[in-house]
Amino acid sequence: MTAAIIQALTSHWRSHWLQLATLLIGIALATGLWSAVQAINAEARASYARANAQLALGQFDELRDPSGAIPLTHYADLRRAGWQVAAVLEGPYRIQGRTLRVLGVDMVAYPALPAITEAEAETDPADILTAPGRLLASAELATLLQAQADLPPVLITTELPPDVILTDIGVAETLLDAPGQISRLVVLPNQPRSVPPLSEIAPDLERISPASQVDTAQLTDSFHLNLTAFGMLSFAVGLFIVNGTVGLAFAQRRGMIRTLRALGVSMRRLVWLILAELTLLALIGGIIGLILGFFLAGALLPDVAATLRGLYGAPVTGQLTLQPAWALAGLGMALGGTLIASAQALWRLSRMPLLAGPSVQAWRGSGQGQRLAAYCGLALLVFGGLAYTTVGGLLGGFALLAGLLTGAALLLPLCLSIALNLCARRARGPVTQWVWADMRAQLPGLSLALMALLLALAANIGVGTMVSSFRLTFVGWLDQRLTSELYLTAESDQQGREITQWLEPQVTAILPIRNVELAHETGPLFLYGVVDDPTYRQYWPLIARTDDSWDQVMSGDAVLINEQLARRADLWPGDVLRLGPNHQLPVAGVYSDYGNPTGQAIVSMMQLDLIAPGQEARRFGIRLDPNRATELAQTLRERFGLAPQAVVQQAAMKAQSRAIFEKTFVVTSALNVLTLGVAGFAILTSLLTLWTQRLPQIAPVWALGLDRAQLARLELSRSAILAAMTACLALPLGLILAWVLLAVINVEAFGWRLPMYVFPWDWLVLFLLTLVAALAAAALPALRLLRLPPADLLRVFANER
Amino acid sequence: MLLSIEHVHKTYPGGRPVLQDVSLSLDHGQTLALTGESGSGKSTLLNLSAALDHFDAGEITLDGIALSGLDDSGRAGLRRKHVSLVFQQFNLIPSLTVAQNLSFHARLAGCHDPDWEAHLADRLGLSDLLSRFPERVSGGQQQRVAIGRAMAVRPKLLLADEPTGNLDETASAAVLDLMLSLVTESGTALLLVTHSQDIAGQLDRRVHLAGGRIQ
Repeated sequence: MTAAIIQALTSHWRSHWLQLATLLIGIALATGLWSAVQAINAEARASYARANAQLALGQFDELRDPSGAIPLTHYADLRRAGWQVAAVLEGPYRIQGRTLRVLGVDMVAYPALPAITEAEAETDPADILTAPGRLLASAELATLLQAQADLPPVLITTELPPDVILTDIGVAETLLDAPGQISRLVVLPNQPRSVPPLSEIAPDLERISPASQVDTAQLTDSFHLNLTAFGMLSFAVGLFIVNGTVGLAFAQRRGMIRTLRALGVSMRRLVWLILAELTLLALIGGIIGLILGFFLAGALLPDVAATLRGLYGAPVTGQLTLQPAWALAGLGMALGGTLIASAQALWRLSRMPLLAGPSVQAWRGSGQGQRLAAYCGLALLVFGGLAYTTVGGLLGGFALLAGLLTGAALLLPLCLSIALNLCARRARGPVTQWVWADMRAQLPGLSLALMALLLALAANIGVGTMVSSFRLTFVGWLDQRLTSELYLTAESDQQGREITQWLEPQVTAILPIRNVELAHETGPLFLYGVVDDPTYRQYWPLIARTDDSWDQVMSGDAVLINEQLARRADLWPGDVLRLGPNHQLPVAGVYSDYGNPTGQAIVSMMQLDLIAPGQEARRFGIRLDPNRATELAQTLRERFGLAPQAVVQQAAMKAQSRAIFEKTFVVTSALNVLTLGVAGFAILTSLLTLWTQRLPQIAPVWALGLDRAQLARLELSRSAILAAMTACLALPLGLILAWVLLAVINVEAFGWRLPMYVFPWDWLVLFLLTLVAALAAAALPALRLLRLPPADLLRVFANER
Repeated sequence: MLLSIEHVHKTYPGGRPVLQDVSLSLDHGQTLALTGESGSGKSTLLNLSAALDHFDAGEITLDGIALSGLDDSGRAGLRRKHVSLVFQQFNLIPSLTVAQNLSFHARLAGCHDPDWEAHLADRLGLSDLLSRFPERVSGGQQQRVAIGRAMAVRPKLLLADEPTGNLDETASAAVLDLMLSLVTESGTALLLVTHSQDIAGQLDRRVHLAGGRIQ
């Protein structure tokens, strides 16, 4: 009996293969886009975890000096007193324009690292410790390092993150030009019982537990959250296709179900078999989606990795590995999504009376359903607003976004219906009148696809506005921040002094760039010292300030902080910033600092020397007549033997910054386009699945004297008009979305607020793209209509149906 | 002669002949019943006469216009201006109200006459239903709307395919009476396809089709 029922049920798909393909594509697209984002996130997080494990980060307490480097004497004192600590010196190291991270550890005392264990198995451990030492790096990095003549020999290891050089602390001192310096001390387990307390030996050091150490995963959380939100939006848009197709398939099978029940099959058995059928389809679609997602993630991951490395210094490899858990989660999403999208249709089918007619019209919804959806939409809008005002934070921001988008989507059919009603009332000619009325009648069947289009367009406008606003602000900000005509990095402190002396008589100003990394309760804090120069007073982008901000800073009485630190620590002009045990200064102003995840502060050079004496002076900004910049850069390179990248012109610096900026949004743009593509596909599938229901509407009009070419043109116009109306409604929604992203999500996630700009030209382009997508989606049904043999239209009138 | 059908052949895909050498004619104001068993080809002949379908051989001339020489747009124009159709399934436009359906064809044909349409609505008993949508009125009422829509054009030829086939006996008689009286009143020729010998008996002439041939 079951076999016979299955045969009857599956016969539907044999005669509706396009519907089956649509359903599978819907599931595959939803799963594919979601899984791609998840694969990228999982790979990035796995990279962070791998890096933490490989470098033994976040496992032990650490000792840090809030004012900068730890003096060697403290290390010696602690060891002498019996403290089991391992010294670490770390810092950035640039080779051929690429920034690497050098991690110098005390090879004897530091916890056993997998990379060292691997290296010791292949080489004599003494080689690593004795001069010239060894550098441990990944195979890809090793190739780069081996090409440098002045570096120690390189050992290849599989146990290190990309862009990390692990070496003995002595070698690191040379590489980083930081003799006698220690960045932090790792407190090893199994300390002797009676060691003197830290406050007696080194009172200026702070002990930080693993829980309060800010790690990469925390820093990048908001980035991944944004990606996840986009993945979820794509998933939802894909499910609209599934919902529409399953709904129609079930409606078309009502006659068959009625017959099966009349022949003695229980509804319970039918529901179970349909559930099994849906499960099978979900798994097939899910597997296709996983394959799609894997390749999509593989294509996007290198850009994401570059973004994460650029923005956060996060160690992410650009290669994707297939994780069984990811595949299982993807299949789970496909199954869950399909069942959720089919739940309403299945429920309606299960409650269908035995003698109910096989009408397909029931599937198309009703005015009552439209009103109910609108009420739900309003409720969701209110929910989003309440969640934001009561919960607040990033979670509240995302709840606001979710409520706004889903609420607006549910309100769309009612809004369109009202608009179509108004148009129908103004229509004069019979054909126009019919077109408007027919569009309204078609609306329930198309509403899901139009909702998907609304979401995709709103996301496009919202994210587009955010990115373009960001770009405009960023470019303006770059102009303010990168005011020097040349940026120079000397090879040493001594060379820096020589260059300064040589330059002084020939340029307008030399602006040293010196900084020290401090520890702050909100995370790392980079303290910069500046000299008193009109450049800063004229151009530095202050967003909050006191009347005499710069005077206070230059006289050593105040500090300027970046927006990130201001928002995280809630410090604004007049508040006090603690820079170390003995240093605190009032905040005189806050400046914008886009793209920087960490806190930053500016004091006068004199203050910097007081807080962290002996900071090297290797980097400078040079002000001069812009026309002389190229010539002077070349002279500097030749005279002081500097590498080409050691002297960078302002334009090149800006171009580089803009390139990094654009790369940051490659993934967002790709997902944006894909979501719009899926929405376009949703319209196509809706039009195709509605096709069989269209004939009874079209045939009488054809019989009354409109030819097929006219009707085909009207089909195209209908699709374009509905898409255009949806696009018009998506515009305000997209702008609200942009405002939420700029004023709420960005502030919560990244710590800076951006001004919002509008870009009408972009809207026009998007509007035209939407029309093209809608016309493309309607082209196939219109072409079908154009080529439809009259015999097919005549079947509508046939008596023997 | 209003409608002239000469030696028309029609074969469906697969080679099954539906009409074989069929010839008949219909003059202005004349009524003709086309009877026959299911599958005898009567609906096909009606569709060919309405320029809804193509024939393989022979010729059909409507008011002097040869259908074989018309392209898709010419055929649409002919249907719009010279012919009206009434189907068994009513085939109203569900998204338009009764009033809009009633005037729809006339407006397409550019001969919209509100007074005439009001008269038709009155005659057909539809005056109270004008603002309703088709799904909100009975089958008999829907067929009366279809007849009204057809007659609103003041057509030269009305083609009706089993117009009462979906109605009960009482509604069927009422609808047929109305249609015949309107046709007579306006001098419209009628070609009506029916199974019923009673209905056929009420028309001027009767032609019986069997196996695609006129008996």
